[in-house]
Amino acid sequence: MKFIDEYRQSDLALKLAEKIATISDKPLKLMEVCGGHTHAIFKYGIEDLLPPNIEMIHGPGCPVCVIPLGRTDDCISLALEPNVIFTTFGDMMRVPGSHTNLLDAKAKGADVRMVYSPLDALKIAKQNPTRHVIFLALGFETTSPSTAMTILQAEKDNIENFSVFCNHIMIVPSLKAMLDSPDLQLDGFVGPGHVSTVIGTRCYEFVPREYGKPLVVAGFEPLDILQAVYMIVKQISEGRAEVENQYGRVVSPDGNCKALEVLSEVFEPRDYFEWRGLGSIAHSGMKLKPKYAQFDAELKFDVPGLKVADPKACQCGEILKGVKKPWECKVFGTACTPETPIGSCMVSSEGACAAYYNFGRLSKIAQRSANSGVR
Amino acid sequence: MCLAIPGKIVEIIDAENFIAKVEVGGVRRGVNIGMLDDVQIGDWVLVHVGFAMSKIDEKQAAETLRTLQELGAYQEEFDQFKTTID
Repeated sequence: MKFIDEYRQSDLALKLAEKIATISDKPLKLMEVCGGHTHAIFKYGIEDLLPPNIEMIHGPGCPVCVIPLGRTDDCISLALEPNVIFTTFGDMMRVPGSHTNLLDAKAKGADVRMVYSPLDALKIAKQNPTRHVIFLALGFETTSPSTAMTILQAEKDNIENFSVFCNHIMIVPSLKAMLDSPDLQLDGFVGPGHVSTVIGTRCYEFVPREYGKPLVVAGFEPLDILQAVYMIVKQISEGRAEVENQYGRVVSPDGNCKALEVLSEVFEPRDYFEWRGLGSIAHSGMKLKPKYAQFDAELKFDVPGLKVADPKACQCGEILKGVKKPWECKVFGTACTPETPIGSCMVSSEGACAAYYNFGRLSKIAQRSANSGVR
Repeated sequence: MCLAIPGKIVEIIDAENFIAKVEVGGVRRGVNIGMLDDVQIGDWVLVHVGFAMSKIDEKQAAETLRTLQELGAYQEEFDQFKTTID
């Protein structure tokens, strides 16, 4: 209960937790899909509040964590191209490729620049007309409309020295892959908050309809997450499976139509996209439509595009699927730490491993390890 | 990285390219509002990577701000928001 005093309305949180405990004592595995939720769950110690029959599985909702090694190598190769300025969000700088990361490439002379927005990358292109600026686009549907808008702006402004290395991914195909995975048994989902401001809640209807599992879209307050868990458990105890929206104050059923329009104008699904740890998932990645080929870094440059296996010691894959807990990974906290990450789950503050490591859930780890006989 | 921070529209600086000045924690920078309808000065919006993603009311803005601050996620987003390349 280390963190419970840190936020207001902790009485309400405790009451909600009690209510959850009274409606079901069935063992339930619930997955939060969004990395922001994972961060909040750890920060506020929400797992400590929940009754022991409810287990939170931390899903693949951290876009940095699911970038496969091969794509990171591609980034480094693009950054090292002559006359290129490679722009990226700060999160990607320390993500390890098979030999090195972007920060090292920068130290070795590559012009790698951190940007806040894809529009900043476009601005750099305008300011450096003799160089070529590549923007590393990554993220779910919260972020991809911004890339699409930037490409439309580049077209409008006739910018020829700008392209995008597109690694955008989609939440619905990844949810489907999780649900189809034979080694994973989930009872319900806490749906992502800000992704859903774009895609809405209707697109999740297949989860109850085809898989019979409840999904509740939630905000980022501890009370939001607890309330979403309550709503899921209540559905299960009443034999219902529906999409519900706990975050109605921000998320609408249809999402942001304009954002969806620019997405479908600029991007189309790839046949397959590789996810770290999850393997290849059909139609889960986005690429630029042929109409915008002039802005596609993969067509403008020679991208190695090699598939690289994760290091043997690294168990990011099992962790992303929730099959293993971070502390069950052999290198967790020893060879793999936020300072010297081996796997991507340790790099981003939204990764499950970094969250466990940073928020010192070590007493819990020790206790669980003792119970399960691990380590 | 899918977090968005609340800000207030203080000026429309380039209507043709949908750029407005948005104020977050006393800092102002250009934000693209092309994905929203009917944005007025004084509106509160959620901003993600330089784009306004949805309109919210002032109360939601205050709540969101408080949560992000508690999460420790605010500073990171805010520091990035402050970086401009003008």
